[in-house]
Amino acid sequence: MGLATTPSSTLQRKSSYELDDFAVPTGREEEWRFTPLSRLKGLHDGTAAGSGAVSVAVDAAPEATVETVGREDERIGKAYVPADRVSAQAYAAFEKATVVTVPREAVASKPTVITFTGGGGTAYGHTVVRLEPMAEAVVVLDHRGSAVYADNVEFVVGDGATLKVVSLQDWADDAVHVSHHHAQLGKDATFRGFVVTLGGDVVRLSPSVSYTAPGGDADLTGLYFVDAGQHLEHRLLVDHSQPNCKSNVVYKGALQGDDAHAVWIGDVIIRVEAEGTDTYELNRNLLLTDGARADSVPNLEILTGEVAGAGHASASGRLDDEHIFYLQARGIPFDEARRLVIRGFFGQLIEKIEVEELRDRVMAKVEAELAG
Amino acid sequence: MSTLEIRDLHVAVEDKPILRGVNLTVKAGETHAIMGPNGSGKSTLAYAIAGHPKYTVTGGQVLLDGVDLLELSVDERARAGLFLAMQYPVEVPGVSVSNFLRSAVTSVRGEAPKLREFAKDLKAGMDALSIDAAFAQRNLNEGFSGGEKKRHEILQLELLKPKIAVLDETDSGLDVDALRVVSEGINRFRAAGETGVLLITHYTRILRYVKPDFVHVFAAGRVVEEGGPELADKLEAEGYEAYTKASA
Ligand SMILES: Nc1ncnc2c1ncn2[C@@H]1O[C@H](COP(=O)(O)OP(=O)(O)O)[C@@H](O)[C@H]1O
Ligand SMILES: [Mg+2]
Repeated sequence: MGLATTPSSTLQRKSSYELDDFAVPTGREEEWRFTPLSRLKGLHDGTAAGSGAVSVAVDAAPEATVETVGREDERIGKAYVPADRVSAQAYAAFEKATVVTVPREAVASKPTVITFTGGGGTAYGHTVVRLEPMAEAVVVLDHRGSAVYADNVEFVVGDGATLKVVSLQDWADDAVHVSHHHAQLGKDATFRGFVVTLGGDVVRLSPSVSYTAPGGDADLTGLYFVDAGQHLEHRLLVDHSQPNCKSNVVYKGALQGDDAHAVWIGDVIIRVEAEGTDTYELNRNLLLTDGARADSVPNLEILTGEVAGAGHASASGRLDDEHIFYLQARGIPFDEARRLVIRGFFGQLIEKIEVEELRDRVMAKVEAELAG
Repeated sequence: MSTLEIRDLHVAVEDKPILRGVNLTVKAGETHAIMGPNGSGKSTLAYAIAGHPKYTVTGGQVLLDGVDLLELSVDERARAGLFLAMQYPVEVPGVSVSNFLRSAVTSVRGEAPKLREFAKDLKAGMDALSIDAAFAQRNLNEGFSGGEKKRHEILQLELLKPKIAVLDETDSGLDVDALRVVSEGINRFRAAGETGVLLITHYTRILRYVKPDFVHVFAAGRVVEEGGPELADKLEAEGYEAYTKASA
């Protein structure tokens, strides 16, 4: 059949805790070619010294424990090994990590909200969210303020546990954020990740998923709104290495203004041993003005002949004049017609956000983006 | 008493002249049928009146109660009292029928309808057109059959209560039952107030349900013959050949 046994997309990809194992990127590398390195404020080349300017506040569910620990804590780096230069830089430079643990069979009675507030300057961070077997929790990562920030977040979802995460990148206009979010799913574990990226000069977020046993189910949803001059990049990697796991990735973004740039990379690997995998990934971009650009690269690598389902789709387009005409022909003014169609484009995505206040906040943010 | 007056209208599509001097006056209380072969420019007339961006008016006027519609945006024309039931209603993903209808009614009336009243009107309108209540939650025209789309156009007609309605081949693609339901809707609309109807059709079939006061034969971008309902009977018997030959 000629199926390869090693996924080509990971052949070049190395993982290491050591910063020196990663060369300073030049921008020619496949994984860096879309990212404006000159705007990373030195996060990629070792010139950005951390000054600890991002404060971390946790409002936790009573069932969860929250600890601030040092680098030596053994729970750090268990689920995720840095896979690129900035990730390794963050791993090498962070001083304190936040560890949230939801104990076995506990069902968190309210969301645990971790607020990252940038106070200017450069900072490195590390966060671990651990759900022990059969636990259930909702966790919100709320990023705001101004900062140059690189961090790694590990979600360890134990056997039969369910973790729902909303990560909101609501940074000030000048913020730079490079982040890895890795979810490691145990047997029959469920992960629902929802990413909303609105603010920041450059945001490069790399959500990834791995499975340690069969039966894992990951759902990754993303919504972004890119304004003039912004670079918002999402790089997804779902690595199916266990049989009978599922993944579903849906990212949608709207872009408006000169040099608004969205990048979406969707890598899904189905390894030889991952029989019965069911996966689908979708990215759609709505270009609202000239001068905006969306790069969308889905990449599905199937190394086994026994999949339950595997598909991907990617499309970028403009608002359809016929849609607007139809609504206007019923008396609806242009601006409102446009809003209705764009809301329709994001569709039920926003409704999937687990936390009601957050849903309203995201909706209000999107409305504000549309109005402005 | 509203009047739609089309005066010497010339329209081009992508620099190709399609309408070549259309004159037509529709008064409230009147129903005018425009009949003509495929490609004669009937939809072009409808879209041009409504203000579709693809159609360029190269000459003439369209007045609604003296106001030149051609000076208005698409939505302003609708709010001025014009309605176009489209031959091919557009599917709009992600926009629900109920949301859309509420926005449209709010825009046209200039104020939001009371929720309970609106729900009642909507239900009554849907019942009358045998539209399943579940349609309100569906995306606009998405996955609707041809007949469902046309019924939905007439639902909008009845809710928006325009002064002048242009109905572009609302009958085409309907089976006899659907044609009857849709025709009843048009007749309810006609009976409900002083409104003018411009009924564009290729076939005489719908004219047995919706009786026109005037019939205009359209060929090669202009009106080539006019008369009363008897003209439809002549077309039924003889077809369009005489006109297409004459204008070729
Ligand atoms: N959007 C369009 N783009 C290109 N050509 C068009 C368009 N609309 C109409 N035409 C052309 O204009 C002529 C009249 O079409 P139309 O108005 O649709 O006729 P009818 O409705 O009578 O069948 C045809 O030759 C058709 O090809
Ligand atoms: Mg037509």
